[in-house]
Amino acid sequence: MTEHFALYHTMLLIRRFEERLLAEFDAGKLVGTTHAYIGQEADAAGIFSMTDPDDVVFSNHRCHGHFLAYGAASLQGGNPYQLAAELMGKATGLVGGRGGSQHIHWRNFYSNGIQGGIVPVATGMALAEKVQKTGKIVLVFVGDGTLGEGALYESLNIAALWQLPVLFVLEDNRYAQTTPVEKAVAGSMAGRFAAFGIPTWERATTDVLEVRSAAKEAVRHVRSGAGPGGLILHTYRFSAHSKGDDVRDPTEIARARESDPLTVHGERLTAEEREKAEAEIAALISGAFARADADPFPLLANPVRGQPGSPIS
Amino acid sequence: MPTVLERLNSALHHAMQTDERVYVLGEDILDPYGGAFKVTRGLSTKFPERVLTTPISEAAIVGVASGMALRGLRPVAEIMFGDFVTLIADQVINHAAKFRWMYNDQVRVPIVVRAPMGGRRGYGPTHSQSLEKLFLGVPGLKVVAPNTLGDPGQLLEAAIADDDPVLFVEHKLLYPRPLLEQGQDDLADFSITQSGAPFTNYVLRFTFSHTSHLTIATYGYNFELARAAALDLLMEHEIFAELVVFSQLNPFDLTSLFESLTRTHRLLTVEEGTLTLGWGAEIAARAAEAGIDGLRVRRVAALDLPIANARTLEEAILPSQEMIVKAALELEGRQV
Repeated sequence: MTEHFALYHTMLLIRRFEERLLAEFDAGKLVGTTHAYIGQEADAAGIFSMTDPDDVVFSNHRCHGHFLAYGAASLQGGNPYQLAAELMGKATGLVGGRGGSQHIHWRNFYSNGIQGGIVPVATGMALAEKVQKTGKIVLVFVGDGTLGEGALYESLNIAALWQLPVLFVLEDNRYAQTTPVEKAVAGSMAGRFAAFGIPTWERATTDVLEVRSAAKEAVRHVRSGAGPGGLILHTYRFSAHSKGDDVRDPTEIARARESDPLTVHGERLTAEEREKAEAEIAALISGAFARADADPFPLLANPVRGQPGSPIS
Repeated sequence: MPTVLERLNSALHHAMQTDERVYVLGEDILDPYGGAFKVTRGLSTKFPERVLTTPISEAAIVGVASGMALRGLRPVAEIMFGDFVTLIADQVINHAAKFRWMYNDQVRVPIVVRAPMGGRRGYGPTHSQSLEKLFLGVPGLKVVAPNTLGDPGQLLEAAIADDDPVLFVEHKLLYPRPLLEQGQDDLADFSITQSGAPFTNYVLRFTFSHTSHLTIATYGYNFELARAAALDLLMEHEIFAELVVFSQLNPFDLTSLFESLTRTHRLLTVEEGTLTLGWGAEIAARAAEAGIDGLRVRRVAALDLPIANARTLEEAILPSQEMIVKAALELEGRQV
């Protein structure tokens, strides 16, 4: 497939997957919480078109888009079925139903639901890759909200001091849950990285090709061994933070939808190509969810030893 | 006999010598200073690439270690004072201790976090605590404490070889203490059985006694106090105590403790953490649930107060040999 088509395909996969996921919640078929990536697809698709398939990724609570793009870019193909199964809490899920939406692991992809806390872990991963000379870089995903967490700054400091191959990807979607960035972030985002001597590549865009070109430079810098980098992407999410926590002005959301990354990039394809992508992805997603739906739930195989009266915990 | 400090230092040297994946990171650990308590002395000279001096970033120290461990290395992180483990709580609880189970056993996090704990040196409220109690019961985390009975070096190397996260609690007052020799000095009147490996539990019984009146359960430095108290109880009060000394505080194996309790029916726990909701509370609860006939329990621990700086206050707040003897007498229904 052509590059343009591949990028559109990845973004559409993320969009339709997340829409299907939210529909499953609305239908009462899924319980719990989830954090949809709708509107931010250009970031994931652009970035993972520029990484190596074996690079290490640490994502956060809003990880599905990253995961699907990571998978799409991998040599063996992606894994939407096991993601769906994990979200449905099935034994066949990525982590056997133990993690759910925010806590997944597959190949070199990791995620956790504690946004600042993942950053030192990713920094340590970069150290391991560097000293073991694997040639891999580490990407860690944070948001505008994460700029409130001290652990992020500890990590920037250490990554710069030790020249670690870690790319800090900051997706500023302007809201941390219900808190707009004006109420949470003082000063300059890029300035935070500059304070530690970390170069940044910054874009405000929903055009996947612009994201891709920024990502290309950032990834090249980090892979060169010159030290860490920051990729700051100003974007917007159309969906709520999780579910039922959207207090934004509907006209603001509507205006943002005018720059829908799918529309922006879709104009570069023919109508036939777009329809082809829709059809392929519809089949892929309905297949993934149908298969996951039929799978069994997990049982607790090894109950904790600490039964009342037991001397062993 | 070598001291606890010498054995810990040797163990780190040996571990780094034999396994290239072992890294040590922490604050002020480079030579010539060699670490606040000198446990890491000599390492940065011998293994300059693998001894990392860090900024004052406890959360990142442990987080970085976790990331290193996930990707193939075996890091040993030092938290300079155990009081600072509050700063690593998120990294230990929500990351390091969870990754393996949460990711369905697909990963390992072989980190060791070493932390000097304990008071009695007049360091004041935030440099004297025994905060391991805050990490007991965290699923996925082992908490281990050396003592003078076993080889602290072996214990540390076992922690390094363990594929799961280990919080390794070193009481500061243990560092200069020589290891005990079986059958010598204080240990002359005890027969010792051990169970479990590599984090071994020890049961000490007086060799000449056919009965035991109570069981004292403890770990780490408090074994020094409990041992002295047991000898005092024997000499002054003709009370025979059995001592059960734990190397692994969590998860635990109380089998040998329960065996002792079926003999004595009296449990006295000794710890330096604060009393309320501490280690002894869990031990007592489990013993009670086990339905041991006529079980009576007392716990000796620090008062539920910060640890004051002034010596007289510190002595009143922290557990002492006298408190242990007094508690034992009360358990035995003796006049105190």
